[in-house]
Amino acid sequence: MISWAIVSSSAPAFFAGLQNTLMLLMMVIASGLLLSIPLGVARASRSLWIAKPVWVFTYVIRGTPLLVQLFVLYYGLAQFDWLRESALWVFFRSPWFCAWAALTINTAAYSTEIFAGAIKAIAPGEVEAARAIGMGRIAVLRHIVWPSAWRRALPQYGNEVVMMLHATALASTVTIVEIMRVARDVYTNYLVLTESFGVAAVIYLFLTVVLAQAFRRLERHYLRHLDRARASEPAFASIQLKAA
Amino acid sequence: MFHGYLPMILSGLKVTLSVASTSLAIACVFGLIGALAKVYGNRTARSLANTYTTVVRALPDLLVMLVVFYGGQILLNKLSSSYGWGYVDINPFAAGTLTIGFIFGAYLTETFRGAILSVPSGQLEAGVAYGLSRVQVTRLILLPQMVRHAIPGLTNNWLVMLKATALVSIIGLDDMVHRAGLASAATREPFTFYALIGLIYLCVTTVSILFFTAVERHYTKGIRRVGDA
Repeated sequence: MISWAIVSSSAPAFFAGLQNTLMLLMMVIASGLLLSIPLGVARASRSLWIAKPVWVFTYVIRGTPLLVQLFVLYYGLAQFDWLRESALWVFFRSPWFCAWAALTINTAAYSTEIFAGAIKAIAPGEVEAARAIGMGRIAVLRHIVWPSAWRRALPQYGNEVVMMLHATALASTVTIVEIMRVARDVYTNYLVLTESFGVAAVIYLFLTVVLAQAFRRLERHYLRHLDRARASEPAFASIQLKAA
Repeated sequence: MFHGYLPMILSGLKVTLSVASTSLAIACVFGLIGALAKVYGNRTARSLANTYTTVVRALPDLLVMLVVFYGGQILLNKLSSSYGWGYVDINPFAAGTLTIGFIFGAYLTETFRGAILSVPSGQLEAGVAYGLSRVQVTRLILLPQMVRHAIPGLTNNWLVMLKATALVSIIGLDDMVHRAGLASAATREPFTFYALIGLIYLCVTTVSILFFTAVERHYTKGIRRVGDA
């Protein structure tokens, strides 16, 4: 049986946790997007001097667990005395900064690959035509390459955002009190599953549905010109394992 | 450089690898059952499989893991008190591999479903027409041809799962991440050890990619690709 007394007494904590989860997610998505767009363009570049270093970055990040990346930043950097004595220490001692930085770097690596793949899939003729009518490099990127790449990348990018929502649960390991941490605290206090992890599961499920639906709408808007088959399938069908 | 902790970390790698490979085996079982249920099952089996893949994919791995770990503990305690076994401790290795297998089984269900559908149904019908039983058709005709279509998805699952095993350190399994934590605490050099295990993960990932590329080449022998002369 569910003890509603426990549910109602922990409701404020869960609400605060929800706010922290959403705040972290929004910060990460915003900065991750900002980083991965130029990196994606660089990764798709024909010049190996530009593309290779970006590949090394994404390969290293995609080849190591997010938990380890988070621990390297939060616990690891404290090893260096020069950093602890520098002005930067204000940032690196903060769990929020480290969680934000680790998740941003992680999602930037995956999104970079998604965007680079989408850019490479553009028909070369489109870019040549734009160059032929006298558009500059920046103009081609802005008006030809990016709108097309964004549309192509949208389904996969939506998936990445859902995966990032789930990744925010790892922030609980570095003392951030988000949904997962609240659930673990409620469990430790009352030793009940439904009222702790059950409530958290319902919240995550709800957030996942909302995100999946939001991206479904974006897809419907940006991919109007494509077949409508996808519009009929349930929003969840799109959640996949991201490409490693 | 590692103050003599390197052997300890490397034996943690053994734990990590055995967690990952056991989880993969369990995930394959879950995935195969799920895929067969989705493709050939009746209504109940299909909706059960759909609920499984939907719910698991909508929740964070860590949450599912803690629910299985603590939930399994509570269940075991109830069972043991009603049967009078005394206190039974849940084995973190079993809990960890079962959970990871359960989670990634949901993703593999989709991989295997696609692979089943890509084997022409005429071949299965021909098998039945020759008098093979359903089990024989599955084992002799469906499975060998599924492998080729399942390998890319399986590779990706393995790579993601390998990294997901880092989470078992949270439920107290003595894997590489956990040992890096111990070594960091003892030497006060957390960066050295977390960076070291990051590097080890990267090596394992690289070896895995090379291995699966070779396997894929083996199973796609004789299949022409676009661009082949």
